[in-house]
Amino acid sequence: MLVAVICLAGLGAVFGVILGVAAKKFAVEVDPRVEELIKAMPGANCGSCGHPGCAGFAEALVEQTASPNACAPGGASLYEKIAAILGTEVSGYQERQVAQILCQGGVGHSRLLFRYQGIRDCHAALSSFKGQKACNFGCVMQGSCSRACPFGAIQMGADGLPVVDYYLCTGCNRCVVECPQQILKLVGVSHLVNVRCVNTDKGKEAKGNCSVACIKCRICEKNCPEDAVHVVAAGEGSVALIDYEKCTNCGICAAKCPTRAIDKIPPLSEEVVIEAGETPAAGCPSCRACGAA
Amino acid sequence: MQEYFIIIVSAILINNIVLSQFLGICPFLGVSKKLSASLGMGGAVSFVLVLSGALTWLVQTYLLAPYDIGYLQTLAFILIIASLVQFVEMVLRKYSPPLYKALGIYLPLITTNCAVLGVAIINIQKEYTLGKVLVHSLSHAAGFTLALLLMSGIRERLEDADIPESMQGTPIALVTAALMSMAFLGFSGLI
Repeated sequence: MLVAVICLAGLGAVFGVILGVAAKKFAVEVDPRVEELIKAMPGANCGSCGHPGCAGFAEALVEQTASPNACAPGGASLYEKIAAILGTEVSGYQERQVAQILCQGGVGHSRLLFRYQGIRDCHAALSSFKGQKACNFGCVMQGSCSRACPFGAIQMGADGLPVVDYYLCTGCNRCVVECPQQILKLVGVSHLVNVRCVNTDKGKEAKGNCSVACIKCRICEKNCPEDAVHVVAAGEGSVALIDYEKCTNCGICAAKCPTRAIDKIPPLSEEVVIEAGETPAAGCPSCRACGAA
Repeated sequence: MQEYFIIIVSAILINNIVLSQFLGICPFLGVSKKLSASLGMGGAVSFVLVLSGALTWLVQTYLLAPYDIGYLQTLAFILIIASLVQFVEMVLRKYSPPLYKALGIYLPLITTNCAVLGVAIINIQKEYTLGKVLVHSLSHAAGFTLALLLMSGIRERLEDADIPESMQGTPIALVTAALMSMAFLGFSGLI
């Protein structure tokens, strides 16, 4: 009994001492500002800043290899906090951006050539006869953007098109990268009028494939008081495009557009609602920005 | 020489620590979603397994056996493994931050990996010498890594498969694990 107690206590003491010495000897100095910055971050680990999670961004900030502007979810309030912690000037903050979907050709609007029943992935769907829709430019309706969104801001609507919740969208750019058709675009919250069609086919062909396509009629161009919208050459044809620098959100083009390809959304708030993603028990959270985990 | 060969083949294929002895199931299911992560986990476990195998053997031979307190084996071994993992973590953090980052939470989790304790106890039960203990631990580590890699390879493909909703996620992973385990039964007649 006594031997057992002594042995085990001795073993514990030896390991305790070894660990204690090792902790001193192998101590790694951590900049206290890193901890402060991590606390200030949204904690969603979305990877939109280009660093592996919020902790990676915090370290890069302290090493001054990252711009304090890079965190899309944090927005202006985080920008000020970072500036306060790092002791830098507050300047050059950009407005919040949200993802806009530049296609309205859902079920009922867009003509289908066949029914796609393969893997639920836009890239896969596109590889079979360029997708099920007659229009080769628009949304493929398999929801890859929705699954890529770390904030649950994109839901697939009843018409098969993704719907962005502008309050949840942080402008992290993940859906933009994911979309094989490149119909998702980050637009500043102050811009409310968007051309929601990227079809560069001629008017008749575009209209035949989809009832809400841009038909290049130039009515928007003629009616715009600010000279902000033009039908510009794109790909092998042309499509209407808004110059956000000039647009004043008057909405005349949206009202005049015969196919309703241009629309105006209600004003958006600067604030974003962030819910940190569920962190898996093992390793890095949702983002995969670092390529591991 | 032949003895060592038998130990290696038996540890990797016949008595595979995960698929035949059902030890270390937690990381097997938890960290097998991506190939790269499972490789990292396999590496970390291998490292700890070999070191703890040697250390527990030394403690058993020179401390527990001479004083006839073998009943403290489990307690002492867990103490050794936990301390070792802590120590490895500190050293890695100091000298190899990239590896430390890559292993992440897996490293401290190895403390509770029953494969590590299991192998340490098997080492003692089979009355191996130190050389055999090292080979045996290394082979089991290789077996663990192999099982993890196979599983993650299958699960990466399962991601794209059309699985009924009620079977998605853990259920299909468990079914897969069971089938793999049955497949490894085929090795039992090898030696």
